[in-house]
Amino acid sequence: MTRSLRARRVRSTRDAVIGVLLLVLLLFPVYWMVNLSVQSSGSNLASSLFPTEIHLDGYRAAIADQSRNLATSLIVSLSSVVLTLVIAVPAAYALAQFRLRGLNAILLILAVTQMIPGIVVANSLYSAYNDLGLLNTTVGLVAADASHSIPFAILLIRTAMQGVPPAVLEAARLDGAGLFRAFRSIAVPIARNGVITAALFSFLFTWSDFIFALTLTTTDTLRPVTLGIYTYLGADQTDWSAVMATSVLASLPAIVLLLVAQRYIAAGASGGSVK
Amino acid sequence: MRRLPGGTPRSREQVYRWAFVVPALVYIALFFAFPVVKNVVMGFQDYTTASFYTGEAPFVGLRNYRTIFADPQFWPSVLHTGLFTVGSIVGQFTLGLAMAVFFRRRFPLSTILRSLLLLPWLLPVIVSTALWRSLMDQDAGAINVVLKSLGVVDTGIPWLSSPSVALLSVIIVNIWIGIPFNVAILYGGLQDIPEELYEASSVDGAGPWRTFWSITWPLLRPTVTVVVLLCVIYTLRSIDIILGLTRGGPANSTQTLPTASYFQSFQQFQFGLGAATSNVLIVVAFVFALLYLRATRRSLTD
Repeated sequence: MTRSLRARRVRSTRDAVIGVLLLVLLLFPVYWMVNLSVQSSGSNLASSLFPTEIHLDGYRAAIADQSRNLATSLIVSLSSVVLTLVIAVPAAYALAQFRLRGLNAILLILAVTQMIPGIVVANSLYSAYNDLGLLNTTVGLVAADASHSIPFAILLIRTAMQGVPPAVLEAARLDGAGLFRAFRSIAVPIARNGVITAALFSFLFTWSDFIFALTLTTTDTLRPVTLGIYTYLGADQTDWSAVMATSVLASLPAIVLLLVAQRYIAAGASGGSVK
Repeated sequence: MRRLPGGTPRSREQVYRWAFVVPALVYIALFFAFPVVKNVVMGFQDYTTASFYTGEAPFVGLRNYRTIFADPQFWPSVLHTGLFTVGSIVGQFTLGLAMAVFFRRRFPLSTILRSLLLLPWLLPVIVSTALWRSLMDQDAGAINVVLKSLGVVDTGIPWLSSPSVALLSVIIVNIWIGIPFNVAILYGGLQDIPEELYEASSVDGAGPWRTFWSITWPLLRPTVTVVVLLCVIYTLRSIDIILGLTRGGPANSTQTLPTASYFQSFQQFQFGLGAATSNVLIVVAFVFALLYLRATRRSLTD
């Protein structure tokens, strides 16, 4: 018995070591990004495995060139979260709790929308936005970016809303709560985790958006950081420390959320049809 | 009129109920249905920058389609789209499955390692392309530096600058980005397989390989179908990986249907041609969407 226990302990330690090595290998590119971001500026890519000296030239250049773009990304992403939740939370509630006619059709449509190629949407929106004067506007970009997250958020929050016991809602209604009141004070708090997960992912989806930034903005007055990096990469001489410093800054939301909101991120990742 | 608790007449209650869904339906109509319909229509129009000023886009029948099919770059783009998709899926899926099976074993740190593993998938794709461009640089990129110092190659591999290697490099990067998603979904599927089956199999003296093929694989099949179809759909439409890494080059060697459509619409301002190219993509994506819906119909409408 003790021998098998020890064998099991040896095996699990060995598995943990393999797991750590695997992670180191897979995350090496991310480490390398950080390493290059603190090299002295220029197009030089050669670097030792660990930074021998910390240079902040890259960050200085990144902040000089990209702070405005980072602010744009932040504003657009936060607005997109708000728009997503305003549209998705009530819809998810209704699709979970009301017996609506055409419910299955709506659910199928939601699943299909996530498969429509972004270039198709961009192609059509460009001309529509041009007619409506929405190119290069925050409103236009936010509305388009929310398409990355609204169907996903509805399906994810709907699952959470299905956990709301109908009896509790009925009791509230009998106590005189209106339809909206029952939704807001009972269903939303119970489905809270689903709502948070959806909010975090809609932030990340919009923050990562590239296709709409590329096609629906044409000037540098409204330029999200993803497009800022793309522009950097298109330059004749790449200033790698600036590119990598900007990339580190653009990775912060994902890294921070993965560390502080791990539970929600893991829930969203296994929540099915994502991204 | 019958009244519900809360004092609302029944018919008004129905209207209020729909009010919860209407904003979502309007949004879907504007940002999904309208673009698809408009794109189909634009495919039959001579739609250029002039159309924006004159407001006119004459219908030209199938001319856009004749033009794109006659373009010597069209069939290579179709081939690249296919190779990019198949190569990415095979790599993401096999590595993702191997890791999911590995993480099924219980060992210290496994939960935290599994969450940290999600990072490549959460990063903005453009960031991933920037960092892989630095890694894959022919002269000073870390990959070639390592390969040269190990003596594997004498001169650096032109990862992104040679037409014969670039597509493979793009696939490698997409595999890296897609592994976490595959691990997450497949790991979820593995959790649903009852532990007793593995215990029984181990009592019967079956080895790990035998256990995998007789228990894990058959029971994981529904999850496998879903994850593979989803990844096919997402890979078919992906554009930022290729634009970020190679912009379709060198010599169009990584041009796919979405990137070709982008260049036609937004670089040559031939929106009709861009629409025609992306309509071909819609048809292909639609086929996989149908397969996906068939596979998930039950779980979706539960």
